[in-house]
Amino acid sequence: MGVDGIGARVLRKEDKRFITGKGRYTDDMTAQGMGYAAFVRSPHAHARVKSIDSSAALDMPGVDAVLTGEQLVGDGIGNLICGWMIHSKDGSPMNMGAWRALEPEIVRHVGQAVAVVIADTQAQARDAADAVVVDYEELDAVVDPVAAMEAGAPQLHPEAPNNLIYDWEIGDETATNAAFDNAAHVTRMEIYNNRLVPNPMEPRAALAIYDSAEEHHTLYTTSQNPHVARLVLSAFYAIAPEHKLRVIAPDVGGGFGSKIYIYPEEMVCLWASKKVDRPVKWVSDRTEAFLTDAHGRDHRSVAEMALDANNNITGLRVKTVANLGAYMSLFSSSVPTYLYATLLSGQYNIPAIHANVKAVYTNTVPVDAYRGAGRPEATYLVERMMETAAREVGMSPADFRRKNFITQFPHQTPVIMCYDAGDYSATLDAAMNAIDYSGFAARKAEAASRGKLRGIGMSCYIEACGIAPSAAVGSLGAGVGLWESAEVRVNPVGTIEVLTGSHSHGQGHETTFAQLITERFGIGNDQVSIVHGDTDKVQFGMGTYGSRSGAVGMSAIVKALDKVEAKAKKIAAHLMEASEGDITIEGGELKVAGTDKKLTFTEVALAAYTAHNLPAGMEPGLKEGAFYDPTNFTFPAGTYICEVEVDPETGKTEIINFVAADDFGKVINPMIVEGQVHGGLTQGIGQALLENAAYDETGQLLTASYMDYCMPRADDLPAEFKLSTHETLCPGNPLGMKGCGEAGAIGSPPAVINAITDAIGSNALSMPATPEKVWQLCRAGMQQAAE
Amino acid sequence: MYETTYHRAGSVADAAALLAKAEDAKLLSGGQTLLPTMKQRLAAPSDLIDVSRIAEMQGITDNGASISIGAATKHADVAGSTVVKQKLPGLAKLAGGIGDPAVRHMGTLGGSISNNDPAADYPAALLALGATITTSKRSLAADEFFTGLFETALDEDEIVVSVSFPVAQKSAYAKYPNPASRYAMAGVYVAKMGDGSVRVAVTGAGQGGVFRVPEMETALAGNFSASAVAGISVGADNLLSDIHGSNAYRANLVTVMAKRAVEAAG
Repeated sequence: MGVDGIGARVLRKEDKRFITGKGRYTDDMTAQGMGYAAFVRSPHAHARVKSIDSSAALDMPGVDAVLTGEQLVGDGIGNLICGWMIHSKDGSPMNMGAWRALEPEIVRHVGQAVAVVIADTQAQARDAADAVVVDYEELDAVVDPVAAMEAGAPQLHPEAPNNLIYDWEIGDETATNAAFDNAAHVTRMEIYNNRLVPNPMEPRAALAIYDSAEEHHTLYTTSQNPHVARLVLSAFYAIAPEHKLRVIAPDVGGGFGSKIYIYPEEMVCLWASKKVDRPVKWVSDRTEAFLTDAHGRDHRSVAEMALDANNNITGLRVKTVANLGAYMSLFSSSVPTYLYATLLSGQYNIPAIHANVKAVYTNTVPVDAYRGAGRPEATYLVERMMETAAREVGMSPADFRRKNFITQFPHQTPVIMCYDAGDYSATLDAAMNAIDYSGFAARKAEAASRGKLRGIGMSCYIEACGIAPSAAVGSLGAGVGLWESAEVRVNPVGTIEVLTGSHSHGQGHETTFAQLITERFGIGNDQVSIVHGDTDKVQFGMGTYGSRSGAVGMSAIVKALDKVEAKAKKIAAHLMEASEGDITIEGGELKVAGTDKKLTFTEVALAAYTAHNLPAGMEPGLKEGAFYDPTNFTFPAGTYICEVEVDPETGKTEIINFVAADDFGKVINPMIVEGQVHGGLTQGIGQALLENAAYDETGQLLTASYMDYCMPRADDLPAEFKLSTHETLCPGNPLGMKGCGEAGAIGSPPAVINAITDAIGSNALSMPATPEKVWQLCRAGMQQAAE
Repeated sequence: MYETTYHRAGSVADAAALLAKAEDAKLLSGGQTLLPTMKQRLAAPSDLIDVSRIAEMQGITDNGASISIGAATKHADVAGSTVVKQKLPGLAKLAGGIGDPAVRHMGTLGGSISNNDPAADYPAALLALGATITTSKRSLAADEFFTGLFETALDEDEIVVSVSFPVAQKSAYAKYPNPASRYAMAGVYVAKMGDGSVRVAVTGAGQGGVFRVPEMETALAGNFSASAVAGISVGADNLLSDIHGSNAYRANLVTVMAKRAVEAAG
């Protein structure tokens, strides 16, 4: 390999522009004559829109137009869609209510847009938006998904009686019930997975430009998947046909899933730019982000685990209520079903699993995939159950897990997934060694001498990444295929451009993807450009989410590189009068094995383009494309162990040690992988200790700013994360990659909570483990001890 | 942010005149509360009168038995002041723990106490140390200055010019921050004065803003140790309750922070 090839800690090529302020984000884009959009948003969680009076706003300086939902519907703009069909257990399709980009009749969450103002400046647009008078008739709201299903609850959509979207199941109920009938021990828990707000650093933004002569739209936007955005905007929303719509996602400052979806605001900018015939820009402020970016998680579950007399797990039974908010966002339906319940087997041999999931409408912001998407919910449930069951039967949490580990591969779980490769004992051992597990008792005693409660907790997570085999997800209801595309263009001078359908919004693709080319051809990574995020440049792609860009996106590049290499070797063999099979590539040169004959990669590339002397019948040029469709999901897995100290006087938790031992398959750039794990762990620790989107009963979001929504800060984290990777190659893709983007957020919350419950000796803890909750439990424990 | 007219005042008299003249003016110092509020369109003053560069409102003066600090002095300057660190280390530490470095390099003493945010740190120090507030019109004792949530004894056209802090025998501040905002959920300043009397003031927790705890003061005057206050609770009835902490939790924090402040004071 070259020095910057696979496995090298190559510094990020993109960082020069990011850290010198030269990144180009959507808000940096301008267009001649551009106007600004400001949205008129509902202050009510549930209300009938009786009238909208725009007259005062229209008279204000700089105001071009005030557009409403009535006009949007009148222009034939389609409703927002959900792209994954789920069927209830009775076979009926999910009950989906209409979602319009501007709501003309009934608003269903605080912050929903009912009108948009277009004005010359952002300040004028906002002033005028304040002056639009909307007469609302308030309706009763419901924010609790369990209450929403009860008789007499406020109804959100006529299509969904009792606010029930679907009542879905997976697994063998009869076999699972039988396991419980014969169980020696049953562990039962109620588990809440708290609602989160994604909070990427860059809020959403759009600049829509309409060319009336060409009848062509351009949309700059903060998207993780610009091609999917174009497809949906064309095929479902009737904005414009695909060849008349260019979507560009330039530098994007983080997504975590929240920028997968097509939102009302971006759609409205496209529509409005044609309507007023001027470019329209909108940039979300942070309050709008809290009120409109798709939230994550929000599951309420009851879980039961059956054990036999030897502490083997024999069954898992789960009932989950998933709060999907007021509307079904683009992939919302898949998150609490196929991205969640299919992982309920964890790393364990569980012969029978049954899960029932009810998805429910409430008067809250729509919920969709957020870093991990379904898998954190599954992992939190399974790993809290494992820890609790171990404590109940008096086994060490490590031994109980190890006893039930899957050790043979491939392993077919009772919930669809077929795990292809892994070594769960290896990551458990590595994590226990890294944290000096056997020395914990002494550390606990030392902490006690200082009045602190020390606890240790683990989490052996598994996730399904490499999303996804198209035929498989199609059979489960997905509206799209989840392959990826790549095109490798070798220029006549031998430099290379790689066009990818993946999208980098913090992942460092410009660096890691280039490492593949360096590895293959031995040319420096400064000779390589990675092109992404523009539907006019890259023909098609499915974008970046679900830790898929390594396992799927890079696999497509590898396929294209195979074709380029084959053609380059043919040309070299021809030029050097050698057999094609004798050509090797090393250090940027094509050599004839066993001789001193060689050509530089540049010479071969030039020969391909001069076409003066090519093998008979060969087309000129050196450019190849590939589509890669995975054959299976990939299964990153590992063990995280967290060690905490709780101050019983205040309930404050401090994370003292945190170790992560991950199996991500082949690692391309360890530095970037570590960065992904650091970020994921931080978000997971945020969920466990700090973050919570709280509503009051009228549907007002109580945590709509950083004054109340607690993001993790550096001093909330341990001084060091001790990380290691342990490779078992994924047999399903050419490089053996599994994916690393979400693992930290998936695996860490149960490790943190298990550590706290170990420290305080009470298991009645829900996320986030706020100081007050922990203090209450400490106090109850002390009172109990006193009695 | 709505449109506003910015003025830079050259003197206290100049600021007072501008304040009297304008329709709905606000004094701007470090702007750490006012500007975010304006950006969120929750405040729309017609005029902003910037007092942050007025010479009379700057600086830290050692007066022997007291330290006088100009109202426009930034938190970072108080935290870094040699005289404050020597004579009132508890106050220096309090100033060094307000917000974050960006806040401390913009926010000022006068702005903090004039706003009288119930979760601000400075009011606890002023009340516990028995500080005297000098305004454009008069002098006020801290006990009469803080009148309620976001309320002070200041007249509409009155400007805080400086604060004089008596030097305590020993004093310290301990706070438990709100995990999200990092404002105090309970902050307790404990001061043992030169005559042996003790004053204890609590911020962040009270429904009516900063308040004193006479029971703790008496206990500490007799025995200045953490154990003296360990059993004293302010009771939950008059404390704040919100999604971050119930009044019962805050009552507990007041006791714990009082203990820790006493320990820190030495």
